[in-house]
Amino acid sequence: MTNDSDTGRVMGRRQWLQQIGKAGGAICLLWSLGLWLREKDGRKSALPVTSVRFSNYAVPGMAGKLVAVTGGEDRSKAIGLALQALGGIEKFIRPGDQVLLKVNAAFASPPLIGATTHPALVAELIRLCLKAGASGVLVADNPINDPAGCFSLTGIDAATRAAGGSVVLPKTGDFKPLFLQGAKRLDGWPVFYEPFKKVTKLIGVAPLKDHHRSGASMTMKNWYGLLGGRRNILHQDIHRTIQELAHMVTPTFVVLDGTVAMMQNGPTGGSLSDLKQTGTMIVGTDQVAVDAFGAVLLEKDIQTLGFIRQAEAAGLGTADYRSLNPILIST
Amino acid sequence: MTIIVARRISQAFFLGLFLWFCVVMTMGDAFWQLRGWPVNWLMQLDPLVSLATVLTTGAVHPGLLWGLGTLSLTILLGRFFCGWVCPFGTLHHIVGYWAHGRKTLSQRVHLNRYRPAQRLKYIFLFCFFGSTTSLQTGLLDPIPFMHRAVNLLILPLLGTGGVIASIGSRYYQSALLIGIPFLLAVGLNMLIPRFYCRFVCPLGALFGLFSRLAVWRIGKETKACAECMRCESLCEGACNPSGVFRVSECILCMNCRPSCSYDLVEYQSAPSAAGEIPWPEINRRQFGVALLTGMTLAPLSRLEGALGANWNPKRIRPPGAVSEGAFLERCLKCGQCMRICPTNVIQPSEWGAGIEGLWTPVLNFRIGTSGCQLNCIACGHVCPTGAIVPLALDQKLGRGTYQESGPIRIGQAFVDRGRCLPWAMNRPCIVCQENCPVSPKAIQTDTDFHRLLEIPPLRVLTGNASTLEVGDDLLKRYRLDGGDYFCRMVSAEDTLPRLIVANDDRSLTVAATAPFDRLPSAGDRVEILIRLQRPWVDPAKCIGCGTCEHECPVKGLRAIRITAENESREKEHVLLL
Repeated sequence: MTNDSDTGRVMGRRQWLQQIGKAGGAICLLWSLGLWLREKDGRKSALPVTSVRFSNYAVPGMAGKLVAVTGGEDRSKAIGLALQALGGIEKFIRPGDQVLLKVNAAFASPPLIGATTHPALVAELIRLCLKAGASGVLVADNPINDPAGCFSLTGIDAATRAAGGSVVLPKTGDFKPLFLQGAKRLDGWPVFYEPFKKVTKLIGVAPLKDHHRSGASMTMKNWYGLLGGRRNILHQDIHRTIQELAHMVTPTFVVLDGTVAMMQNGPTGGSLSDLKQTGTMIVGTDQVAVDAFGAVLLEKDIQTLGFIRQAEAAGLGTADYRSLNPILIST
Repeated sequence: MTIIVARRISQAFFLGLFLWFCVVMTMGDAFWQLRGWPVNWLMQLDPLVSLATVLTTGAVHPGLLWGLGTLSLTILLGRFFCGWVCPFGTLHHIVGYWAHGRKTLSQRVHLNRYRPAQRLKYIFLFCFFGSTTSLQTGLLDPIPFMHRAVNLLILPLLGTGGVIASIGSRYYQSALLIGIPFLLAVGLNMLIPRFYCRFVCPLGALFGLFSRLAVWRIGKETKACAECMRCESLCEGACNPSGVFRVSECILCMNCRPSCSYDLVEYQSAPSAAGEIPWPEINRRQFGVALLTGMTLAPLSRLEGALGANWNPKRIRPPGAVSEGAFLERCLKCGQCMRICPTNVIQPSEWGAGIEGLWTPVLNFRIGTSGCQLNCIACGHVCPTGAIVPLALDQKLGRGTYQESGPIRIGQAFVDRGRCLPWAMNRPCIVCQENCPVSPKAIQTDTDFHRLLEIPPLRVLTGNASTLEVGDDLLKRYRLDGGDYFCRMVSAEDTLPRLIVANDDRSLTVAATAPFDRLPSAGDRVEILIRLQRPWVDPAKCIGCGTCEHECPVKGLRAIRITAENESREKEHVLLL
C-alpha cells in the first residue's frame, strides 16, 4: 500500500479493526434481535383475559320479600310506600354504599311510550338512596339504540343528574368476559362490568312489557342490558339466557314498574294503544316471584314463560309468588 | 473469469431460480411441480419481508430469518442483493441495457448521473415503517411485486396460450390493475435505466441504509483521474463512482472497475480518495414526514370500519387465514396462495377487503373450476408470512384430534329463495345439494308437491287401479313420465300423490307399487303435481366451501351464495349460538 496520506485513503490497522468491529457488532445485534423475536408457538397468543363475576348484592335477612302497591299513578309515591312496607330503604342501603341502578334504557323513545324505565321512578330511587346515606348512585345500561341518545330521550339522563346520580354510558373497554359456572350460554360472555367495580348495592328497575320472543320483559330480562358482544344471537335460546341472567345477578332488590304495562308489540311498542293502566308497583328481593306477579298483570300464562319455570327449577326464586305472602297496599 | 461475468452468472442463476419457483408452484409431485421446492426462498431472503412483519407482528415468522443473512452480508459487502440476486433488478438491468446500451458515452453518463430524486425510495421505506398495523410493503417490495406479476399475469398469459401447459387457463380479477404498475416499473427503464431500483425500491433503500456499515465498498485510489467518465457511463446504481461516491446508492454491479483504464477504481475497505457520502440524502424533516404519513395511512383506512361492524361479508378468506386484523399485519399480497390454488378460486381482492386489503386473497366462487376443495390445504402451506396458517387436513375438516374444535369454516351458504329454481320457479334442480362435499351433507332438501300450473285438473273417463283415461286434450306423450311428476285424485279420501310412470296423450299410468286406493270412476278429477326438492342449508354443517355457489345453474347472481358469516377466524361473525 502506498503512502498517500493527503487523500486519507490509507487505512490504519486500527481503523480497519474499528470498521470490522462496527459491522460485526451490527450483525450480532441483528441476529440477537432476530432470534429473540423468533415466532414460537403461542408467543403471540393473546394475554389471558381475566373473567369477572358479579358479587352477591343481596342484604342478609331480606330474602323472599315481595310488596305491591296498587291503585296509584304516582310512581314516586308508590315506590316510597312499597319500600316503607319493607322497613324503609334503610334496610337495604347503608351509609357509604355505592349504588347502581340498572335501568332499562334500551330504546331511544320517550317515557310516554313505556318502553323504558320511567325517569320519575329513577329520580325517586336516587333520592331515597342518597337520603339513606349512599355515597353515590350510578345509573347504567347497555342500550340497543345509541346509548347517549337513549339516555337522553328516555329522560333518564336529565332525571338522574337532577336527582344527584350519574349515568354511565358503555364504552368498548368496559366489557369483560363473565365467569358463570355451569351456564351454557353466558359463561365467558362479555358483560358491562366497568361500573360495577366499586358498587356495593344493585337495584334492578324494569318496566313491565310484552316481549315478542320471550313472552314478557320484566326484571330478569332487564339484566340483558348488562351483556355486550353479539348478544342478538342469544335470541336463539332466549329462555335459558334469561334464566342464566337471573343466575348471573343477585340484586339487592328489584322494582317492576307496572304503573303502565305494555300489553302488545313489545318490547318497543310505539303507540299509546299498546299500553294499559295497570297501576301496580312491585318491589321484591325475589326476581322470579316479582316477574311471576308481573306476568299476571300482562295477562300471560306463566306456563308459557319458560324462563320463569327454568329459573325456579334452578333454585333462583319462587314462581308461586303468593306463597311468599306478598304485602298488598292499595292507595 | 472477471467479476462482471461472475455477476452475470449470479443474476442469471437467481432470475432462473425465481422463474423456476414460479413455474413449479403447481400441485403435484413431478419434479416440475410443487413437491418440496423451497418456492418462498427468495421472499425469505428479502429482509424487508422480515423487518416489516416484525414491525407489524412483533415476531419473526419461521423462514424469515433468512433475511437476516442477507442483511448481514449487506453489512459486510454493501447492496450485493440488488446487483447480484434480485430478479426484479435483473429484469430492469436487462431492459435498461437493451434500451440504452448503444447510446453514446455522454448520453449514458447523463442517464446514470445521481439524481436527488433517488431519495424517494427512502421516503417510501420510512412510510412503510410507519405503518405498523397494516403490512403494505408488498405493494413495492420487489420480490413480492415480481411474484405477484409472474403468478397472476405472466404465467396465466403463457398458460392460456398453451406455452406452459401445466398452468392451464387461469383467471384473476383486477389483473390489469396489477399489470399496470408492473408494466410501468419495467417500462420506465426506457427513460432511465434501473428506474425502479434507483427511485422506488424500498428494499434497495433498506440495503442502502445498511450499506453505511459496509466493510468493503467501491472507491477511487486517487482523487484525481482522467475523468473519462467511462465508469459513470456503465454505472447501474447512479452512485457517482468518479466523484464523491454515494455508498448507499451503489448496487455493486462492478461495471466501474474493469471500465477504468487506469485501474483506479477498487472494491476496498478504505473510503474513496475522492470522498464518499455514506448516508442517503434525506434529512430529518423528510424522515419525519414519511414516518408520520405511514403512521396515518392505516388508521385512516380503518376509519371505514371494515375491521369492525362494517365488515364486508363478501370478504371470504382462504381456509386457515388468521383473523382480519392479524391478516392485514401479515399478508404480503405476493399471490402465492392464488397461484397454488388448484381451483383458481383464490383471487386478488379489488376493493372488497378495503383499500388496504388491495390484492390480498379472497375467494370468488364464480371464477375457477370448483369451490374451495374439501381435501386441499395448499394455500396455507405456501404462505410465506403465516397470514394463512398451514393447516393439517384433519384440522381443516375437524377430524381426529381436531374433532372437538370442528371444521374450519370460511363462510356460510345462504339459499336465495327468490332465485332458486325449486323455490322460485317450481322447477326441479338441487345441483347444490348433490355437489355439497360435506359429509353428512350441509345442504338438505324438503320435499313439496306443487300443482302444475300449465295442466289444470283433468276429467277422468275410465280407469283402473293404476291407469287413467282422461278426457281433456292437455297431455303430451312422455311429458310426465320423467319421475318428477305425480298425480292425485281430487277427492277427500285419496290425497296421496302417486308417481306417474307413463303417459300418453290421453292416459296416465301410476306406479303399480302405489295404486289408487279407490278405483277411479268417470267424472273424477285428477290433478298433476310436480315434486320439488327444495334446498336448505344446515349452518351447523356448512363450511362455506362454495362448491354449491360454483355449481348453481343460476349463473348470473347465484341462487345459493357464500358470505363470510360464521367464519371460524372471527368470533364476532358467529351465526349460531
